[in-house]
Amino acid sequence: MKTRLVTTLTGVLASLSMGAAVAQSDFPNEDLSYVIPFGPGGESDISARLQQEYFKDITGQEAIIEYKPGGGGAVAWSQFNDMPADGHTIIGTNLPHIILQPLAKDVGFETSDLNNFYFFHYSPDAILVTADSPYETLDDLVDAAREAPGSVTLSGSGTYSANHVAQTRFDSLADITTTYIPYKGTGAAVTALKSGEVQAEWGYSTVAANHQGDTRMLAIASSERHPLFPDVPTFQELGYDLEGGAYRGMAVPQGTPEEARQRLSDIFQEINEDPSFVERMQELGFFLVDVPADEVDAFLAERQAEYEEVARGFDLID
Amino acid sequence: MSWSFLLAALTPFNLMLAFIGVGAGIIIGGLPGLSATMAVAVLVPVTFGMEPASGLIMLGAIYTGAIYGGAYSAILVNTPGTPSAIATTFDGYPMAKRGDGDLAVTLATLSSVVGGLTGAIALLTLAPLLATIALQFGSVEYFWLAVLGLTLISALSEGATLKGFMGASLGLLLSTVGVAGVGGDVRYTFGSSLLLGGVEIISALIGLYCIPVLIDLVATPDPHLRVSDKAGGFRLREAMSLALRSKFNMVRSAVIGTVLAILPGAGGSIASLVSYSEARRSSRHRERFGKGEPDGILATESANNATVGGGFIPTLVLGIPGTPPDAIILGALLVQGVRTGPELFTENAAISYTFIYGLLFATLLLLPMGLIIGRYAFKSIIAIPKAILAPTVAFMTVIGTYAIRNNTWDVLIMLVLGVVGWFLNRAGFKPSPIVLGLILGPIAEQGFVQAVLMGQAQGAVLPIFFRGPISWTIVAIIVVATLYPLIRLALSHRRDPGEVSENE
Repeated sequence: MKTRLVTTLTGVLASLSMGAAVAQSDFPNEDLSYVIPFGPGGESDISARLQQEYFKDITGQEAIIEYKPGGGGAVAWSQFNDMPADGHTIIGTNLPHIILQPLAKDVGFETSDLNNFYFFHYSPDAILVTADSPYETLDDLVDAAREAPGSVTLSGSGTYSANHVAQTRFDSLADITTTYIPYKGTGAAVTALKSGEVQAEWGYSTVAANHQGDTRMLAIASSERHPLFPDVPTFQELGYDLEGGAYRGMAVPQGTPEEARQRLSDIFQEINEDPSFVERMQELGFFLVDVPADEVDAFLAERQAEYEEVARGFDLID
Repeated sequence: MSWSFLLAALTPFNLMLAFIGVGAGIIIGGLPGLSATMAVAVLVPVTFGMEPASGLIMLGAIYTGAIYGGAYSAILVNTPGTPSAIATTFDGYPMAKRGDGDLAVTLATLSSVVGGLTGAIALLTLAPLLATIALQFGSVEYFWLAVLGLTLISALSEGATLKGFMGASLGLLLSTVGVAGVGGDVRYTFGSSLLLGGVEIISALIGLYCIPVLIDLVATPDPHLRVSDKAGGFRLREAMSLALRSKFNMVRSAVIGTVLAILPGAGGSIASLVSYSEARRSSRHRERFGKGEPDGILATESANNATVGGGFIPTLVLGIPGTPPDAIILGALLVQGVRTGPELFTENAAISYTFIYGLLFATLLLLPMGLIIGRYAFKSIIAIPKAILAPTVAFMTVIGTYAIRNNTWDVLIMLVLGVVGWFLNRAGFKPSPIVLGLILGPIAEQGFVQAVLMGQAQGAVLPIFFRGPISWTIVAIIVVATLYPLIRLALSHRRDPGEVSENE
């Protein structure tokens, strides 16, 4: 209690004496406002909640989560650069959302408006079927789709979403035609699968983790097999160059001091390396990545190229 | 179902959590502008340090309290705090207006307890079985269900069915603003990021219901609510005898609420509406509905508290949240490392059954706590001078609207809708069809698009809309509900041509 008071006092004094200048050693010196551009309960919220306590252990400051849903995240992203740029305000960013949304329509922000500083994990794309499905392997599903093009239906969360991107890319890689049926959210998509309304689902390993027992994955789009599902092959093992999913990172407003951005990247990297954090994330089906501040641009450029190709398939751009 | 779980639920710590949860829930839910979803979201972090079962008990207690508390603002200020309290305004506010606000609050308390217990007992005894209902409803059935909801609300607009349908259409149009959930198009934003997020439902509720009341409050010299000479007590005896007389109505509404809440997304918002229309249809005093009929409140409040237990059924058994607060609770469970699914009722029975007993206890707590807090709520509303009441409520509407999505644009949209709503009210358009159009529009649209896509995959679009007994049943109810006002009009004209609608 006493140390807490002392740290708070020093923090206050430091901020008084130094004004806006941020030195690496005492940053962050106040609570972090962590904006989630979706409502509570989703995967963005859950993974941020898991980071919360480790952030406090490392910095002694709270990370306070604030929800700002609307427009599939676009409302919060388009207004984010108006927030204070002192490093104490960050926002969760999601791929493909922040790339595909501005490509498709005028949503009030461009991808480059978001000053990302760290990408920490993704929910790998996966094809799920029910436990009693006749499709035992990915080949079974591909064969069925080849036999009657368009007749195999797959549910997924949303349009121009990670699921939709995966479906489009896989169809072209496997040279098949399937019917993608968008639902509002992962919950509705998995309901459609369980009720037998669709034959399969484009979901994530996280969905399979939450619905073990009555669903199984045919393949997972991670770089290697997921520790939680050692028996599920990756798409790459099966000969399809499909790797990715819904990536999650964080950004600071434009104009935030570079040292603060770098320090935040270091803090969240440290969280990502904590064994108990790793374990809890894996239990939920997430796949951790490590893209610190100085690698973010290259990482985004790579994704951008990938999504632009898909966007051409959607006729969003020519 | 073992006694040990009951004992685990009744530890002093869990009892205290249930007590705090119910109290906090009632107060948050009772404030105009603050909803059950918000009450749960705000308090989720508090539960992270607790055992999963204790955390769940607290969240369930808050949820129960907030759904019940929503009746206060519905009855006393004509503002449903959540969509499930919309129908409570129909008779609750007229009762309060004529001086029976205290009786209305006590009736709401009694029926909320009956409904809440019914939902929780269904969760305790029949959860795995009832969860299969959720899987019987697919895109097509949701489409028809949304159409049914729209038909009911339009038909309920007594004497003004056409205006009801027009209001619902306006709501449907408003629901298309923003980024489409399915299809991803950006619609009717006129290039501005102001409308990108669409019209948020709770903000619309606040604007359309509460702002017109506020305008009238300052524009007329009358007191907000009349105070009856009987005021002061709980009027518990009177309420008890009314409730006993309508026990069948309450139980039927509770069953409707429980079953509809099992349908994720659509159920919660239309449950109280369906039970209301059932109560009215089977009542001997149909003409009294909408003017302060106790049976109306008994039906809607019983149904909406039943949705608490009912909504937990798909949440816990299938991992599919039944209502928006359930989605938050499900997320909290995942953060705690608890996996939902059938095994929650077998391997993790200690968590689920301890929670369910805790929920039952929290529901029982509604009775004493609701009566006491409700009495204060009623007393303060009648005691506060208008000069203070109006700005206080106005302040709450702004804060409440902002807090939903931390978005200032929502406040602007709320105020605009409020002023528009006041003019529409004067022209005889009620807010309920508009709001229901807004809620059910996306459900209908998504179901329709999904069904068409699936039909195309099968090579035949039309047959899929009539693919099973559930679709046929809902379609039949829609047809009857649409024609019902016409049939009744024809009958009443034949019987008594002299009696021209005195309802207007």
